[in-house]
Amino acid sequence: MDVYILLQQLFNGITLGTIYGLIAVGYTMVYGVIRMINFAHGDVYMVSAYIAAITLAVLTFFGIQSAPFALISVLVITCAVTAVYGWAIERVAYRPLRGSTKLAPLISAIGISLMLQSYVQISQGARDQGVPTLISGAFRFGDGVHFAQITYMQTVILFASLIAMGILTYVINYTRIGRECRATQQNIRMSAVLGVNTDRIISTVFVIGAATAAVGGVLVTFNYGSFNFFIGFVMGIKAFTAAVLGGIGSLPGAVLGGILLGLTEALFAGYVSTDYKDVFAFALLITLLFFRPYGLLGRPEIQKV
Amino acid sequence: MQTNRLLPLFKQALLTFTVSLILFGPISGLVLEGFSFRNELTRAVVLAAIVTAGRVAISLVQMTSLGQALTRRMADSGVGVTVMTGTEKSPVLILALLFVAGLSLPFFADKYFLGIAILALIYCLLGLGLNIVVGLAGLLDLGFVAFYAVGAYLLALGSQYLGLGFWGALIIAPLLAGLFGMVLAFPVLKMHGDYLAIVTLGFGEIIRLVLNNWLDFTGGPNGAPVPAPTVFGLEFTRTAKQGGVSIHDYLGIPYSADYKFWFIYLVLFLVVCLVIYAVERLRVMPLGRMWEALREDEIACRSLGVNHVFTKLTAFMLGASTGGLAGVFFAVHQGFVNPTSFTFFESALILAIVVLGGLGSTVGVIAAALVLTILPELLRDFAEYRVLIFGVLMVVMMIWKPRGLVRIKRPAFFPSTTTDAGPLPLTAKAEVA
Repeated sequence: MDVYILLQQLFNGITLGTIYGLIAVGYTMVYGVIRMINFAHGDVYMVSAYIAAITLAVLTFFGIQSAPFALISVLVITCAVTAVYGWAIERVAYRPLRGSTKLAPLISAIGISLMLQSYVQISQGARDQGVPTLISGAFRFGDGVHFAQITYMQTVILFASLIAMGILTYVINYTRIGRECRATQQNIRMSAVLGVNTDRIISTVFVIGAATAAVGGVLVTFNYGSFNFFIGFVMGIKAFTAAVLGGIGSLPGAVLGGILLGLTEALFAGYVSTDYKDVFAFALLITLLFFRPYGLLGRPEIQKV
Repeated sequence: MQTNRLLPLFKQALLTFTVSLILFGPISGLVLEGFSFRNELTRAVVLAAIVTAGRVAISLVQMTSLGQALTRRMADSGVGVTVMTGTEKSPVLILALLFVAGLSLPFFADKYFLGIAILALIYCLLGLGLNIVVGLAGLLDLGFVAFYAVGAYLLALGSQYLGLGFWGALIIAPLLAGLFGMVLAFPVLKMHGDYLAIVTLGFGEIIRLVLNNWLDFTGGPNGAPVPAPTVFGLEFTRTAKQGGVSIHDYLGIPYSADYKFWFIYLVLFLVVCLVIYAVERLRVMPLGRMWEALREDEIACRSLGVNHVFTKLTAFMLGASTGGLAGVFFAVHQGFVNPTSFTFFESALILAIVVLGGLGSTVGVIAAALVLTILPELLRDFAEYRVLIFGVLMVVMMIWKPRGLVRIKRPAFFPSTTTDAGPLPLTAKAEVA
């Protein structure tokens, strides 16, 4: 019987972990290129949850009932709109500050984060919002009393994340823009000398990060069904923890870190305490940064003058 | 010639309008109502139009020669340091006047205004504390509210479990908060900018979550009561407790509930003055100079033999101590503490104070703290836009003047013999990379 509880926590952990991984991609890619944390990233995820719910409401308004079609169109539209948010954030809070003091982009990104939260709160109200359940039902393992289950939605999450990661890996490894991203990540000045439009690459990285966060946002929204304007804060820190855990700057690291964090958090919540699961994640982050700041798959960075 | 200029402008306007329509369209144009939505699309179009108009206006201004001159001046003012000439008049008279005015405020102000003044002074204290960490030492601390919480809960829980009073808390709070600052500082010492920011953010949240979840000890979300202060064992209540004497009986004056707030205000005002003095002295001391040097270039500092561990640690601890002090005053003023007073928004507000005050300028921080606490009280109708405006201000401030509105004048040391040898260089400009 205990096996089923463990199994259940593992399932939940992996689903949660892939979401962390998706959002961590945004942190890791932006950090890779400009060596800066995008503090507004968690709020981009929050905005995507709202856009997903609004898109679904509009689709329902036009009488679209089919769940798979609705899910896919919500996913595509949300990704597109959220990507524009990513682009705009880079334009407003990062580009004008290139070459400014080290603290300036951090503070302006926090400003953007406050702006987004408060903008959504003012426009959509402070109360919790919800979406209807699109896909219900679950695969069950075990007998009638003791069982573990994977809901169909969790399966969708796993598959959608896999597909998103696949597309991302292809783009980064096999396309021109991906090559330019990797070159910029290695050495931004040298890439610029060799004719890479680094400004455009930085924009692209923000756009990709926002779009993957939107995939995460849509999936979480449909899985849990409720959200508010403040969800971006905790999710932001956790996804960042995932990115650091895997080694910031590394794409596979972000996914691995996400799954590891999801698993440990689910096990902690299942066996130790639900109240302190966020404390656990934050404490993990602090410990990690203390002992291994370059993460599992990252390389230590040597500061040169 | 004209069309050459107007075409890109038109393109830019079109791009801005399209992008802002995509940004505003779903969120402010379609408001969720249950699983359905309400159409507010005109609002989104109006917002997009405003943003576009603003963008075009900025471009138009930049095209004129006056605008170009202005842009150059702004771009220029970010760098460089102004050094004092040694011939500035000492502002002792103004300071003395301000001090007397501050002390006599309770005799003019009503209870409502005094409450705002106390709050404003608490934020002054918080701003001054965070200014040491962010403004002077350049360490972005996003969990500053944790130390504020430590101070406030020290008084609340200390009185509950240990019988600690206001005066005791006032002495212990800076020490305890400083200790917490040290605990936080050790793991973050070797981190740089953004890692440090996120770790402090996590630390702030850990403290809040523990306060919220440890029901048996802290009272959890229900909070904890804070006893009223006493002065020389005299109480501020109408009828004193068993064996105690209330202050109006002792002085033989009629009872008023305002005495407590007068007392809090006066003590707080003196503490703020003391902290301002301490910070100003620290800035000209080697330690303060090391903070600022470390902010500008850590590698250069370390190669010159600056002990970066000691320097960062002191900045963190002194900042934290000031935050703890502010917490004690907050607790005693509210008479009650609970975790909702110590969220990330509070940290962000304190950061906004420091940023708008100009990262390092004491006068700026005090002015910003007063403005940012008093203005929302006066503009109650715009209360919900408060955070939005803070966010906008932070971004604009960083783009426009990342080193603050007030240009900091650095104190310099002058050999006494050279003062009559001739005029000293008026301003020395040092390029800071």
